[in-house]
Amino acid sequence: MPSTSLFLEPRNGDTAKNKSVRKAVSFLVAILILSIVLFASFSALSYQWNWEAAFRYRLKFLEGWLTTLKISSVSFIFAFAIGSLSTLCSRSRFLPLKHLSSLYVELIRGTPLLVQIFLFYYVIADAANVQNRYVVGVAIMAIFSGAYISEILRAGIEGVGRSQLLSAKSIGFTEYQTFRHVIAPQALRSSLPALAGQTANLIKDSSLLSIIAISEFTLNAQEVNAITYSSFESFFPLAIGYLIITLPIMRLSRYIEERLRYDT
Amino acid sequence: MKLILRDVVKTYGGLRALDGLNLAFEDTTCLALIGPSGGGKSTTLRLLSGLEAPTSGSIAVNGQEIGEDTDRRHQFRKQVGVVFQAYNLFPHLTALANVALPLEKVHGYSKADAILKSESLFERFHLEDHMMKKPAELSGGQNQRVAIARAIAPDPDIVFLDEPTSALDPEMTAEVLDAIYGLIEGEKRIVIATHQMGFAQRAADTVALIAEGKLVEAGPSKQVIEAPNTPRAQKFVSACLDR
Repeated sequence: MPSTSLFLEPRNGDTAKNKSVRKAVSFLVAILILSIVLFASFSALSYQWNWEAAFRYRLKFLEGWLTTLKISSVSFIFAFAIGSLSTLCSRSRFLPLKHLSSLYVELIRGTPLLVQIFLFYYVIADAANVQNRYVVGVAIMAIFSGAYISEILRAGIEGVGRSQLLSAKSIGFTEYQTFRHVIAPQALRSSLPALAGQTANLIKDSSLLSIIAISEFTLNAQEVNAITYSSFESFFPLAIGYLIITLPIMRLSRYIEERLRYDT
Repeated sequence: MKLILRDVVKTYGGLRALDGLNLAFEDTTCLALIGPSGGGKSTTLRLLSGLEAPTSGSIAVNGQEIGEDTDRRHQFRKQVGVVFQAYNLFPHLTALANVALPLEKVHGYSKADAILKSESLFERFHLEDHMMKKPAELSGGQNQRVAIARAIAPDPDIVFLDEPTSALDPEMTAEVLDAIYGLIEGEKRIVIATHQMGFAQRAADTVALIAEGKLVEAGPSKQVIEAPNTPRAQKFVSACLDR
């Protein structure tokens, strides 16, 4: 294999061995480039590193990370429920439900999460007399993410071909059976990659809950920074902590995408 | 079977697919619908099989009125089988599940019985090696035979086939036509929309030529194909024979 071809993907197929060599070399090169850029930026900074101070607060990082994980998981379950419900409403023949659903999706998708958090926390939750800020946080994230999930599921359902519906009709399925055995499984499969992406978004977006003093990962890192005056040592672990959750999700999504690919 | 269509009109938006179709067969075992593409064959088949409601006019199959009433058409669809040009199998299910699922969910079979019956059909159509494959892993001819198995699994009164070989190469066409001959020998009643004139002539006892949304000519297959009476039918048949 000539040296230039270490970096170039051949146009017409590849042996498995060459492919893995090429993959490893190219990955190392990419890491190297990234490291040089980072190193250059930080050496220009003349920064006094103080990892010890940050390390003393490792439990605080861990607690925050776990809180983020918990809030995100619970939020996702509710978001999926809300999203599914909204999708069902958007397909309802009862028009008020249909409009309610599209209004919900448009309002949520059309405004920043930060604004929604303020409004929900200081107006709605206050009026409803909800004291627990974690409940409020989960509710906000679920409602926010639910709108996006609703759109993802709606697109998945609309992607199911008309010929499939005709086929379901021809074998005598009722509307419910058609939904249960034909539309839902196909729509869910085609939506999975987008759903995984939305899950990663939800986890990252939950960092905004720090502004209503929910001590999740980001807020805890901010606090460590405030106590130790070591910004980078607080925010590096923060970035890595998020990556530990989001990278596997994105990998999983790609894997699912590969496995469920079928032609219609 | 007895088929009666009276003044049937079917419009899709501004398109008038059927424009006052009249057709009556007192007793036919295999009816072939022939005619040019876009002439109304497939629409006629969809209306006859209860998949769609006519815009106006009346349709009766074996004395059963199947026109506009949604529930009545749903009941009727359970008694007949339909095979589509593009197979329309469910891509997320195995071939076996495609056949077994309607038996279980629509026709009240237990899961075990549904699978047992489906397996026997796969043997009959020489598909035993492909039961656990998904439609994307099968050839067009294999998929179409699975679709035929799905259509006949619940022992329907009539099987409707909508250009079942139009998407297939000659070899696969032969496979599928063999399967359809098998149905006729098994005394299934069949309505088939087709461009295979040779098949229509040999397998069908009656033929209806539909063009421009109307019935052009209907009668015994030999007569309509070999000695058509109307100029429009003569034109169509001679064009087919020229090929």
